[in-house]
Amino acid sequence: MKISVQREDFDLGSEVRDLSKSTRIGAIASFVGVVREVAMSLEHYPGMTENSIRKIAEEAAARWKVMDCTVIHRYGDLEPNDQIVMVAVASAHRGDAFAACEFIMDYLKTQAPFWKKEHTPAGPRWVEARASDDQAAERWKFKPGAMKP
Amino acid sequence: MKVKLLFFAGLREQLGTSGEEIELPAGVTTVAGLRAHLRGRGGAYELAMGDKKLLRAAVNQDMAAPTARLKAGDEVAFFPPVTGG
Repeated sequence: MKISVQREDFDLGSEVRDLSKSTRIGAIASFVGVVREVAMSLEHYPGMTENSIRKIAEEAAARWKVMDCTVIHRYGDLEPNDQIVMVAVASAHRGDAFAACEFIMDYLKTQAPFWKKEHTPAGPRWVEARASDDQAAERWKFKPGAMKP
Repeated sequence: MKVKLLFFAGLREQLGTSGEEIELPAGVTTVAGLRAHLRGRGGAYELAMGDKKLLRAAVNQDMAAPTARLKAGDEVAFFPPVTGG
């Protein structure tokens, strides 16, 4: 398992190639989040950020058959089209890989201490948390394993 | 007892500080109690930490409920709901 909170960009292809080479792995699902429209600065809580992402990834591994996983989240100044976050999950089968990848992203959105400040033409403004993000994370509580094959 | 306070993002900007060491008054034993104590300072604290402000807290870098109990040496962070990902 690799967790990284970093200023630098990442390369999904090389991160996927660096996942475990276990021959029991039959599926790798990945997600990349990208900056949309407006430049932003991302602040985080050093120390807690890495720990919270690790806990989320460990929870995913407890719910699904996760054989390896990489989560990278950037902070600092980002421009439109820049990559912000990536999750890659390796599993025996696609059902577990897809579900664990989505679970990690949904929980990261509501639990990992990052804050976005958008640099809009009208000036800087902190992005407000969205209720839909809470709901996305919440659904895993009531239907654990609902997306299992 | 003393705890280390941290503020992040919009809350840090509103208060004009990223944190401080604070001696808790007798009777302040929980996250909610600490928030009420800080709000009682008035001014920017009343505005930024009032009842209507949606805030989250972490104790020793774990998300914490308002009822979480505090002990000497804890690192207590207050911040707006997170917006990463």
